[in-house]
Amino acid sequence: MKPTYVIASLVTFALLSYGLYQGLVVAPTEATMGDVQRIFYYHLPSAWVAFTLFFLNFVGSLLFLVVKKDAADKFAAGVFAVLGVIGLGISIFGRSYTEFASSIGGTLLMCAIAYLVIRHFFHSQPQADAFAASTAEVGVVFCTVVLLTGPLWARPVWGIWWTWDARLTSTLVLWLIYVSYLILRKFATGGQTPTLAAALSIFGFADVPIVYLSIRYFRTQHPQPVINGGEGSGIDSHMWAAVLWNLLAFTVFAIMLVTTRYKLAQAERRIEEAFATRDLEDDSHLISRSTR
Amino acid sequence: MSATAARAVAREPGLLAVTRASLAKDLRMEWRSKDAINSMLFFSLLVVVIFSFAFEPTAEESRRIAGGLIWVAFLFATVVALNQTWARELRNQVLDAYRTSPAPPAALFISKAVGNFLFVCVLEAVMTPLFIIFYNLRSIGPVYELVIVALLATWALVVNGTFFGALSIRTRNREIMLPLILFPISIPALIAMVDATTQIFTGESSPRFWMQLLAVYDLVFTLVSLSLFESVLNAE
Amino acid sequence: MNYLYTAYVVTWVVHIVYLFYLSRRAARLREEARDLERK
Repeated sequence: MKPTYVIASLVTFALLSYGLYQGLVVAPTEATMGDVQRIFYYHLPSAWVAFTLFFLNFVGSLLFLVVKKDAADKFAAGVFAVLGVIGLGISIFGRSYTEFASSIGGTLLMCAIAYLVIRHFFHSQPQADAFAASTAEVGVVFCTVVLLTGPLWARPVWGIWWTWDARLTSTLVLWLIYVSYLILRKFATGGQTPTLAAALSIFGFADVPIVYLSIRYFRTQHPQPVINGGEGSGIDSHMWAAVLWNLLAFTVFAIMLVTTRYKLAQAERRIEEAFATRDLEDDSHLISRSTR
Repeated sequence: MSATAARAVAREPGLLAVTRASLAKDLRMEWRSKDAINSMLFFSLLVVVIFSFAFEPTAEESRRIAGGLIWVAFLFATVVALNQTWARELRNQVLDAYRTSPAPPAALFISKAVGNFLFVCVLEAVMTPLFIIFYNLRSIGPVYELVIVALLATWALVVNGTFFGALSIRTRNREIMLPLILFPISIPALIAMVDATTQIFTGESSPRFWMQLLAVYDLVFTLVSLSLFESVLNAE
Repeated sequence: MNYLYTAYVVTWVVHIVYLFYLSRRAARLREEARDLERK
């Protein structure tokens, strides 16, 4: 193990411990919900990490599909660059009109930056594929945490484990989509796995807004369970500190996990290739055909 | 040089011609064997009978649950048909031949999707009367809306199903893989078709939103499928 | 209160299980690499 890796692991561990300390000790107890509210310090960062990783998985998959052909790669990069500039423009000039416009602009800008940065670092098919696989797997881990901590918070506060409300259901559907992605990766055979997986990832991403829209409408049609005491009511500055520290700690932790998983994927590929070349060499001793 | 190139261009088959030829072939094969239609019909008949044992609803209740029952039955039946479409092409390396031919990949996808769409439409046309008889259904909302919802919903199931069929055919556990990847993505479409159908049956509120959502879903996934199909077909 | 501790424990159980899975995979990989060198 490289020393930088060890140091990074130690820093991650320290950050996570400090986040735990902030969440359990420093942050004040919430008035209406009591200590149960502290679950929020783990729930929110996990959700943020999971959704970001799923988005990055889409970016990696898209990159995988276009990077093969030089023209397509340049075209996609150009499109994202233009989108980024448009997003920047909207967020600067649209701010005075509506909040919505500036948030759309910001999102566009973020997408463009994410794509171009990832394109810079993972600019080949195997790299993009390993990146997509890593983010999906780690994303599912964090999404699992979200789905487990959510009900544990809902039970004492709402009195029920689960409600089919928009956010919960969308998260569950997202989790299902990415689990199916991992299953496809596991069962697809040979060299076509990355392409099939990338295609499914694009489908999943296109599905997300439709899922959210459908479930939102579906739910507003039906009586809502009694939900009160949201987190918005009088949030203390110490609470914010706990949220932000845990957000930082979980983000760093996720980066570590993705890096580790990515390196593993790269090493697996190298070993597979080494086995393949060895077998090829063995064969060439036995079979001296010109077709080899 | 330019003469051969020109001839190659001239001989390159058009999208429409290939689609029509491939679709005609599929329809003819189905007409002769009736494999897909028969297995789908029998399968959904079984689902109808089993559901009616499981629930035993009154007329009022059945109006509420019929949308869900119908679409779950059709969804499962569709998967049965979809599993066969690509397996058929795998047998004599038809897919490999197609890959090396100059025919546009989109044509293959469109013909398969349209073929499946027609099969499932036939299934629905046969099964819906049975549902109505078994569950004592009478729609309060207008029937033509049901037809529109059915067409949109069928395309929603079939377009993704055809694409995912092409994915799952390359995996080790073919038959079981298709529902595993198709169902999660289809959840919003399923919500839309079930709710739209229920609202037309009960006549409580307008299904307009759900029809729009289905139309958007159809459009988005038709475009995504068409643009990704070539990569999937040529993946190795 | 119990719910709080359960949530935190569950979070770390999930992560530790995942870390364990990663380390298992890495170990298997190391073994394969050794295999490769031996032959």
